Amino acid sequence: MRTRSRRTVAATFVALAALTLSSCSSSGGRQEDEAPAGGAAGKADTPTMKIAMITHAAPGDTFWDIVRKGAEAAAAKDNVDLNYQGAPEAGDQVNLVQQAIDADVDGIAVTLAKAEAMAPVVKAATEAGIPVVAFNGGFEEWQEAGALGYFGQDERTAGEAAGQRLTTEGAKKALCVIHEQGHVGLEARCAGVAETFGGQTENLYVTGTDMPAVQQAITSKLQQDPAIDRVVTLGAPYALTAVKSVADAGSSAQIGTFDTNADLMAAIEGGDIQWAIDQQPYLQGYLAVDSLWLYNTNGNTIGGGQATQTGPAFVDASNVDRVAEFAAGGTR
Amino acid sequence: MSQAVQAAPAPPGSVDDRVRRRSLLASVLSRPEVGSLVGAVAVFALFFAVAPTFRQAASFATVLYAGSTIGIMALAVALLMIGGEFDLSAGVAVTTSALFASTFAYQLNLNLWVGVAAALVVSLGIGAFNGWLLMRTGLPSFLITLGTFFILQGVNLGVTKLLTGNVSSTSVSDMDGFEQARAVFASTVPIGGVSVKITVFWWLLFVAIGTWVLLRTKTGNWIFAAGGDKAAARAVGVPVRATKIGLFMTVGFMAWFVGMHQLFSFNAIQSGGGVGQEFIYIIAAVVGGCLLTGGYGSAVGSAIGALIFGMTSLGIVYAGWDANWFKAFLGVMLLLATIVNMIVKNQAAKR
Repeated sequence: MRTRSRRTVAATFVALAALTLSSCSSSGGRQEDEAPAGGAAGKADTPTMKIAMITHAAPGDTFWDIVRKGAEAAAAKDNVDLNYQGAPEAGDQVNLVQQAIDADVDGIAVTLAKAEAMAPVVKAATEAGIPVVAFNGGFEEWQEAGALGYFGQDERTAGEAAGQRLTTEGAKKALCVIHEQGHVGLEARCAGVAETFGGQTENLYVTGTDMPAVQQAITSKLQQDPAIDRVVTLGAPYALTAVKSVADAGSSAQIGTFDTNADLMAAIEGGDIQWAIDQQPYLQGYLAVDSLWLYNTNGNTIGGGQATQTGPAFVDASNVDRVAEFAAGGTR
Repeated sequence: MSQAVQAAPAPPGSVDDRVRRRSLLASVLSRPEVGSLVGAVAVFALFFAVAPTFRQAASFATVLYAGSTIGIMALAVALLMIGGEFDLSAGVAVTTSALFASTFAYQLNLNLWVGVAAALVVSLGIGAFNGWLLMRTGLPSFLITLGTFFILQGVNLGVTKLLTGNVSSTSVSDMDGFEQARAVFASTVPIGGVSVKITVFWWLLFVAIGTWVLLRTKTGNWIFAAGGDKAAARAVGVPVRATKIGLFMTVGFMAWFVGMHQLFSFNAIQSGGGVGQEFIYIIAAVVGGCLLTGGYGSAVGSAIGALIFGMTSLGIVYAGWDANWFKAFLGVMLLLATIVNMIVKNQAAKR
């Protein structure tokens, strides 16, 4: 019995190995996608600078990955030793900033999504003589907190831009899909849409970590209310799932979304998705690091005391080729 | 703890209480899944009354789909819970399997079926590892699988990032074998004008097999025995170790299946997905009549539990209730279903 089962295991492995060798894919796969890495510029000859970047991002989010790539590109160019950290809990994020202060870094780039909790530690950093810039979150609060500059998009303004677009398209009823309940930024986007959209806006909460559940929930909403003619999602993967929901429900709703990735560009090119609002996460990370370098080497502030808006910019059929090229490399 | 005990013929004159034949109604009511069935009927009736869209066949197909993606995993988790163990890594194991299949085939330019087969080996291996470590150390499965949960979550993200430079796997929809694999794992079957997802049929098949194994085979008796009293079961010759490792591997198999469904439905997989799903599976199993202490439960019950969850989460949307209150409605409905379940079970116990 035992030897037979061993033999079966061995045979399985041999068969699997043989199958592996004889079954190459003729299309797709890595062989076709080897793209050259972009953004390799020269390097500054200033002394190495230590900069800490501390975000409120959970690990594994596509969007934050692009922010980080932008920050790393600026760090490489400016001869900066970048330490990237993220913590979704406000308390943990405060601790990370405090650690950066204790390590006596040359600059801190921080997201102020939870501005109330972050303000005291930002103040402590500036009092310790460490320049701080804010990015991505904290559009209203960055000046009061004592940051030198802000790079990002006001989520509400972005939502309003989407709402205006829906109005000009002549839409009647929009479904705004929120993939994380209680997230301030996401709520602000949908509130912005409702604000400027002439038609009706309804919110739908879905469980972002369970894709089939997202698909099922959007499908059921479209079945329940055939009057919905636009679906607005707040992240690129959810837009791609909404395409399937629209097909499942036999709905004719069109899809627009916030944020982008490579697959989304292909969907815009293919006409499955109408448009995406790009807040240029790469630029947020890049400018945050670069502005600290400029401040430390030349006393400049990007934005001159005003917030620097990195969005909202629309990606649609008219400009998708230009952006898609970079999205394929994972930097847009 | 075998449930398939045959009543022996009573000796003339006296009736032994242990082998007394119970009335048909009493024996039906004492099945673990009956309470949840009543709960499911109640939830169905409620939404049937308040949500016009819920009455359409197409909506019911969507509800069944929601039931199937939870139910396939809930079945394996229920069997494991009857066997007296938990698996907290079940949710992220689905993501691991899907990521492995796509990344393996993509990186080596292979036919996707090779990735599918390799992912099956990995998934069964993760289950076997959980089971082996449990039996080797004697630690609670809660702790061991919590460890695996974190490990898999980190590996999912770390390996994906390392290989693709991004946090989601690359789309594999243009590779060889995609269309066939999609037909098996993620296609749609038209029935009388309604499109039903193929996972619904797989789900029914798996539940039927699970029920047969539990109630009609020696292995089923072993599962009940291992979950009821491990030491006693071992003393009467039940291979507890093999049974438990086998149950963990069953969870691995189902995680592989659901993972393949996700891969071939969505082409690319988010590496952070699946977190929190493990509790949904456990909830479905418990609503369906499994005891948290092991040794009691049913395969059909897990399916009914998953269906209750699917009906509730989509029924709230069909009914058009305020989206802000979604989670609150969901919690209330689940509590009500569980309370109905408990009342029915208590009534049955009195007979």
